[in-house]
Amino acid sequence: MSDSHSPAISDESVEAAVAAALAAVESVTDSASLKIARNEHTGESSVLARLNGQLRSLPNDQKASAGKLIGQARARVNQAFTAKELDVVALENNAQLAAEALDVTALAVRKHLGARHPLSLLQEKVGDIFVSMGWEVAEGPELENEWFNFDALNFDADHPARAMQDTFFVEPVQSHLLLRTHTSPVQIRSLLERELPVYVIAPGRTYRTDELDATHTPVFSQIEGIAVDKGLTMAHLRGTLELFARQMFGDEAKIRLRPNYFPFTEPSAEMDVWQPRAKGGARWVEWGGCGMVNPNVLLSAGIDPDEYSGFAFGMGIERTLQFRNNLNDMRDMVEGDVRFSQQFGMVV
Amino acid sequence: MRIPISWLAEFVALPAGTTVADIHAALVKVGLEEEGSHDFDIAGPVVVGEVLEFGEEPQTNGKTIRWCSVRVAPAGQSAADGGADVRGIVCGAHNFFVGDKVVVTLPGAVLPGGFAIAARKTYGHVSDGMIASARELGLGDDHDGILRLTTLGLDPEAGTDALSLLSLDDAAVEVNVTPDRGYAFSIRGIAREYAHATGAMFRDPAAAVSVDAESDGFSVEIDDRAPIRGRVGATVFVTRVVRGVDPTVPSPAWLVSRLKLAGIRSISLIVDISNYVMLELGQPIHTYDLDRLSGGIVVRRAEPGETLATLDGQTRTLDSEDLVITDDSRAIGLAGVMGGAATEISDETTTVLVEAANFDPVSVARTARRHKLPSEAAKRFERGVDPEVAAAAAARVVQLLEELAGGRPDSLGSTYNAHDELPPIFLPDSYISGLIGVDYTEDEITSSLIEIGATLEYARDGLLVSPPSWRPDLTHKSTLAEEVARIVGYSRIPSVVPVAPPGRGYTREQKLRRLAAETLAASGSTEVLVYPFVSSASNDLFGTPGDEAVAAVKLANPIDGEVPFLRTSLLPGLIDVARRNLSRGLTDLAVFEIGAVFRPESGVVYGVADVPLGAALPPAETLAELNASIPPQPWHVGLLFIGNSIEKQPGQPAVHVGIADALDTVRVLATALDVPIEIRQGTHKALHPGRTAEIVVPAAAAGVVHVGFVGELLPTLADEFDLPRVVAVAELDLDLLIELAARSVQATPLAGYPAATQDVSLVVADSVPAAEVLRAVESGAGDLLESIRLVDDYRGTGIDAGFKSLTFALRFRAPDRTLTAAEASEARIAGAAEASRRFGATIRE
Repeated sequence: MSDSHSPAISDESVEAAVAAALAAVESVTDSASLKIARNEHTGESSVLARLNGQLRSLPNDQKASAGKLIGQARARVNQAFTAKELDVVALENNAQLAAEALDVTALAVRKHLGARHPLSLLQEKVGDIFVSMGWEVAEGPELENEWFNFDALNFDADHPARAMQDTFFVEPVQSHLLLRTHTSPVQIRSLLERELPVYVIAPGRTYRTDELDATHTPVFSQIEGIAVDKGLTMAHLRGTLELFARQMFGDEAKIRLRPNYFPFTEPSAEMDVWQPRAKGGARWVEWGGCGMVNPNVLLSAGIDPDEYSGFAFGMGIERTLQFRNNLNDMRDMVEGDVRFSQQFGMVV
Repeated sequence: MRIPISWLAEFVALPAGTTVADIHAALVKVGLEEEGSHDFDIAGPVVVGEVLEFGEEPQTNGKTIRWCSVRVAPAGQSAADGGADVRGIVCGAHNFFVGDKVVVTLPGAVLPGGFAIAARKTYGHVSDGMIASARELGLGDDHDGILRLTTLGLDPEAGTDALSLLSLDDAAVEVNVTPDRGYAFSIRGIAREYAHATGAMFRDPAAAVSVDAESDGFSVEIDDRAPIRGRVGATVFVTRVVRGVDPTVPSPAWLVSRLKLAGIRSISLIVDISNYVMLELGQPIHTYDLDRLSGGIVVRRAEPGETLATLDGQTRTLDSEDLVITDDSRAIGLAGVMGGAATEISDETTTVLVEAANFDPVSVARTARRHKLPSEAAKRFERGVDPEVAAAAAARVVQLLEELAGGRPDSLGSTYNAHDELPPIFLPDSYISGLIGVDYTEDEITSSLIEIGATLEYARDGLLVSPPSWRPDLTHKSTLAEEVARIVGYSRIPSVVPVAPPGRGYTREQKLRRLAAETLAASGSTEVLVYPFVSSASNDLFGTPGDEAVAAVKLANPIDGEVPFLRTSLLPGLIDVARRNLSRGLTDLAVFEIGAVFRPESGVVYGVADVPLGAALPPAETLAELNASIPPQPWHVGLLFIGNSIEKQPGQPAVHVGIADALDTVRVLATALDVPIEIRQGTHKALHPGRTAEIVVPAAAAGVVHVGFVGELLPTLADEFDLPRVVAVAELDLDLLIELAARSVQATPLAGYPAATQDVSLVVADSVPAAEVLRAVESGAGDLLESIRLVDDYRGTGIDAGFKSLTFALRFRAPDRTLTAAEASEARIAGAAEASRRFGATIRE
């Protein structure tokens, strides 16, 4: 670079260079023109750079003032470029964002959430309620031996109660195998397999030979509870059911017990639950059966009924879902129409 | 059980204005659940009319009507509807005469079925009301003409309220009687229960009739040579003879009305009286035409091959367990179930033999079930009839035959009574309070027990309670506890939450099963619950991958004979679900089911020959046999996909489902459960031969454990099921997966040194599964290889036919240093070398 073509350092020459640079800044429109203008007015071959180069050859007494003059000029120019650069970047960013805009209401859906079946969810919910009280969840086979389903539960072979359970028997009938008509065989299994005291809840599938209609299904589910301990009374049964009802239906839920008959409990009761917000007005809704474990059931499991007592209860999950979640038709629960489960998603 | 309110009121004091709802509310407290209510569904002015005159008027349609003048109120008074005392009424019937008293439904009356009566123009007259038939009043099926009150022996004044006259203003409550309470199948039992519930005074109808002195003028012999379960078939057998009965006398209106409300059709006076007494006292009654009997009665078990024509017109072949009533010549009745046709009461019967017996519940139950005859009598005997009421019931029948049918009781008759007293129950002092959790007073306990009819005797530290004869269900002190609790009221029972000992929470299996369901739902599948009933064809197709036969459980009494088997696979059910959804226009589906399948092992005989009795712990070996008698029922998880996994959307073409979706879901499930599955090319007879994967889990000694299949249905099968061509399915043994899931994760510290990434392309024969090449590279590359992923499968230019080039992305890392490029390359080469050794792979540079 040669000094020969550069003007001498003077207020005028410096001011002219600054003015030219500032004019160039003004004319910048994007980052490309910014780069060119910046190179031209602040680069090594710019007028100000060349003027700066002349400082070396100035007499010492002029160096300070000339240096200050040029330094201030360069600072003004750089400042102007920096400010412009911020503007340009911002503008350009905005333009890009504008160009990238999408209609967020029309974007592709790529992931679907499936759904749980509400009958499963409700069984799990009941399990959670009881497990939190220290109870455990017990299970048993759906295809059962008759002894567990009837005899051990104090159903006499000729008792009409046995005929009133419309049982699916397995071929040949002499094999004494059947599809369990209730979850009560799990009571016996729990008492046989576990150490006393026993506090278990047993959800599961059960079977009766009813034709499918709006209120019946041959395959349904129940939840059974049994507690056997020293000193358990019917008051404990009511306490447990009331707590359970409040957790299932809200704090306003109440329980009513009515005398009834079941072979495996004595005394026995039908339990109604108060539904303050039932369709068609507040009312008692029949929820399930319960009672004190019949001494013969304890004897079937080898437990001394004079030492231990217990209570048991059972209710239909489908029925519970029906009045808890306002469902009219049982068929919706069993037909596998995915729209049914999808109404519930992951919670019931 | 239906209870006409007027009848109930004969035995308990019902306060004036007691409604059906009041009675239901009272009965439910003592355990008789509301089932419904019944009435005649008639309202408004229905009065007695007197036919003053009529003219017969032939019509163009061939009918002749009668234009009648009928007095419907005493002369000069206004009728019940406010109108004139004499009305013009058109009547189509011709069975009445001038002077007859009839029932007139005046304008404003409403007959059963909402049939409103109004003055209307017909056959050229204004008919100002209607003359009613018994059928129109809901009293019977008789439609031979209008109801003539004279035939009922009634001659009331015109204008009398006919609803009250004919007891059509009565109503009945219906309650459900539980199987332990046979005595409640009677007005007597219900009245007693109503008294328990309300404190109303109870008058025992059985005590209201005077029982004749015992006599043995009619020969009755109980000859049971094969008692069932040690119990003689008949323990009580009372007979009475009534002569001179007039068979033409109709049943009075009140009797017909009560029977009708109780749900029993009126047949003839003698039969109606039998039914009436059964309803009133709970004692089934049988009446014979004595003139058609030959000799005395013998009660015995049926002979092999013996037949009996029963009242319902059927000839039945008897079983040697059936208890029969016989005369000198033949069987004349199925004891406690149904009488025989030969000795049936007819409209010529004048001499009646009345039978009030007590038959063994088990014997009656078996006979009723065997012959499919759930009669009113059998229903009561099965549940237990009061053996002490037979004599009173027989006397009550005689009394009614005398009063209503002009009969004369004969001195002939017999009383056989061999029933046992119910054994007394020892009730320890604190037992009931301790079981119920209520501090009952001694008085509450004793008065409750006395109220139900028990007799008490004080014993050391307790009471000796003798149940009343009608309560054979009171067999244990706990049954007495229920009596006291319900008589005092269940509402007295307080609420106490028991404190369970600390539990162990859910089991590992329960947690993982739930995790599996939640994972599947979260990954896009919808849970369905399907009936487990399938056809044998479905089981054969899906129960096993190969051609071997699959054992399955068959139901003896399926609802649908097309699907009598229990499923061995979840897939048939999911296919049904897919079809149903498809038929409802839901074309894109991802569904899953978690549930039991029933997998008997072939060749194993399940079941037991004998079931032990209850109320005693069976020996350990018997329990083991019972448990072993049940086929395995593992829990499976099934998946099915059809349609699109991603729908067509702006900027997004549709993505069709395929085996990849099913495999991917299985992979997500296995990852969630922490089961190290491997995918292998597999075969299954129901699946596409080129699109079937077998899922295995490496096992320490046994090599691998097979846990399930993934694939696409054979397109021909999909077509058969009316499903789209591509149906991706998977079925895994969830129990097995959970068993194989890691118990705990052994974590390794994460290395922070930089990774070195390299690709390697290997050329192998196209029959070699990529996963196996991957595993070879993995094992050859050694510990420095952190991750390996298949990124490309290339065939075509540059690759020989029959070969493919698989490109793997490799990431290497050392735990303790920054890897050099040379180290990474060395490991890469070592990996390739192993693939070369196993599959002849060559590196494609």
